[in-house]
Amino acid sequence: MKYLDEFRDPELAGALLDRISRLVTEAGGTREKPLYIMEICGGHTHAIFRYGLDRMVPEGLEFIHGPGCPVCVLPMSRVDDCVDIAEREGVIFCTFGDAMRVPGTRKSLMQARAEGCDIRMVYSPLDALALARRHPDREVVFFGLGFETTMPATAVTLLRAHGEGVRNFTLFCNHVLVPPPIRALLSDPDMRIDGFVGPGHVSMVIGNAPYNFVADVFGKPLVVAGFEPLDLLQAVAMVLQQIVDGRAQIENQYARIVPENGNPAALKAIDTVFEVRASFDWRGLGEIENSGVKIRDAFRDFDAEVRFCVGYALGEASGREPEGCRCGDVIKGQIKPLACPKYGVECRPEHPLGALMVSSEGACAAYFQYGGERPAA
Amino acid sequence: MNKPYIHKITSKTVTMAHGGGGKAMRDLIEDVFVSRFRNPETGDMEDQARLDPGDLIRAGGRLAFTTDGFVVDPLEFPGGDIGKLAVWGTVNDLAVGGAVPKWLSAAFIIEEGMDIEHLRAIAQSMRDAADRAGVAIVTGDTKVVPRGAADKVFITTAGVGVIAPGVELAASKVQPGDVAIVNGFLGHHGATILQARGDMQLESDIISDCAPLNALMQAAMRAAPNLRCARDATRGGLASALNEIAAASNLIIRLDEQALPLKADIRGFCEILGFDPLYLANEGRLVLFVPPSEAEAALGAMRSVPEGVDSVIIGQAHSGKTPRVEMRTTFGGTRIVDMLVGEQLPRIC
Repeated sequence: MKYLDEFRDPELAGALLDRISRLVTEAGGTREKPLYIMEICGGHTHAIFRYGLDRMVPEGLEFIHGPGCPVCVLPMSRVDDCVDIAEREGVIFCTFGDAMRVPGTRKSLMQARAEGCDIRMVYSPLDALALARRHPDREVVFFGLGFETTMPATAVTLLRAHGEGVRNFTLFCNHVLVPPPIRALLSDPDMRIDGFVGPGHVSMVIGNAPYNFVADVFGKPLVVAGFEPLDLLQAVAMVLQQIVDGRAQIENQYARIVPENGNPAALKAIDTVFEVRASFDWRGLGEIENSGVKIRDAFRDFDAEVRFCVGYALGEASGREPEGCRCGDVIKGQIKPLACPKYGVECRPEHPLGALMVSSEGACAAYFQYGGERPAA
Repeated sequence: MNKPYIHKITSKTVTMAHGGGGKAMRDLIEDVFVSRFRNPETGDMEDQARLDPGDLIRAGGRLAFTTDGFVVDPLEFPGGDIGKLAVWGTVNDLAVGGAVPKWLSAAFIIEEGMDIEHLRAIAQSMRDAADRAGVAIVTGDTKVVPRGAADKVFITTAGVGVIAPGVELAASKVQPGDVAIVNGFLGHHGATILQARGDMQLESDIISDCAPLNALMQAAMRAAPNLRCARDATRGGLASALNEIAAASNLIIRLDEQALPLKADIRGFCEILGFDPLYLANEGRLVLFVPPSEAEAALGAMRSVPEGVDSVIIGQAHSGKTPRVEMRTTFGGTRIVDMLVGEQLPRIC
């Protein structure tokens, strides 16, 4: 298939793997003391497992699966807010499909729907706006989540709703930013990361400059990468080459999609509608300063947090994590999923306990589904 | 046989009266269903069908019996409709057990307000599907429920088939070295339904693969006398069918991604939505296991039947510690192909 098979060519992969092996040796990575490369984006985690890349790379190199799955990092308290809104009289609650299964403290959206809430799966925020137009007597709420990748579409939808004067449409904003958790992870004294594979689609929107602190402040290489297996292998080779050369720079493997300065139209839409929150709660990582966005005051009529008085509008505290769940340690790369006592026992894809088991982009779910690493039955 | 008078229905939509047990119900049943399903073999309008067990049973064969409910939305889709699914779905459940499907029942839960002409079209589609599969619909039932209590029409069929003496297909019989064959391109039904619902706003020419598999199964069984087992790869797709077989046989099933029959439009559909074609539903696809010595013969026989022209070998069974399904990816890696959890949901990004 054109534009796909070229990026999945096994022969090219072989050549790249040879190069990666040489570089790992040169950089001193061994089985006992491997080099750690974190892929930040959940899409990369998914691709690594889908193509079996984790088993193809040499032993002296390990992938750490970062906090880049928007469904996984959503705290339970925000899911509770979703359910709370969806249970209100007259509400049509619209969500992306894979947020349906995320457990809250009381229930997931899937359970809420089974109990009679009107919850619809949509493929775009514009579908939710169309529902609002079709049902002027109902309150249509769009559950906005995702990183900078999905933010422009939400922003444009809100601008459109504002322009048309749609009064029964609100956004429950859970959009978060990629650079702040990277900074938080790098600032953690327990962290050991030798380099990063940066998120391609986020960078398509924000460009490469927002990662400069990774190299300038923390002295680590970061290579923005695409999502095909050859993209990932090439990016890994580029990170390793920097390590071998003793360089720390922000490089762009995904130049066919990612412009150096991002997408100005998308950035403008985001800036018009959203402003950075003082702090946002991340599942497994806790509150991180300046890591999320909220709707600007000029658009507060479209803010579900204001209209339904939930979440930060209530000044609520961070959500609790399920007891014994070690998602935070997995996200930080301090343990592998198998080392969590809940993994595969109480926490399985069919009844996820921790966030990383919820979405197919979560590290634990990917381990379980594709890696086949299971505790003894 | 003398042909009794068939009452006609006059209204254009189904009302609660058509479920009331009186003349209106009789008219609905006779006009829409009996007129299409009748056949000389089984008599008319008794409360039960009376069936001749036939020579196979007298010779020591056994009966196979199965049932399935059909609630597809939309009722019509490119390549098929609920009627075809209701007939062939049950036919296929019998066929993959090695049975020759013979008789079907059909029960209809109809929502008040359903268009009668639409119902006639579905009944006609069922008759055509039954004829193609060589089975008879011999008994049935209708119920009408208030608006909102069902979605237009739900159909439940049950089927009886005959298994010839000596035929004993079972997943537990698969041996290391046995070869897995599928009868054609994967994922078309699932993709068709998702697309027909209109949520995706994608355009393509994908059509459902729904088809009766009894002729194909009989051809494969004749060509490969030691055929071990077959499963139709319906809900949960090929991945779920293979996982069931791996668990029952206590073996590792190793697939070759390169060999999987996938059309470019299905691959594109899955790439865009983050789906895996191995989990998409099929309604005319099966996977069967034969000893390697019979693989070529089975393949040849399957390809000679219209429902099997694109049959290919996709993998092999191996002994191993943990029963599971693995796949050698086109990229040279290996991954596990697990059972689907819940429903397949599109990914965010």
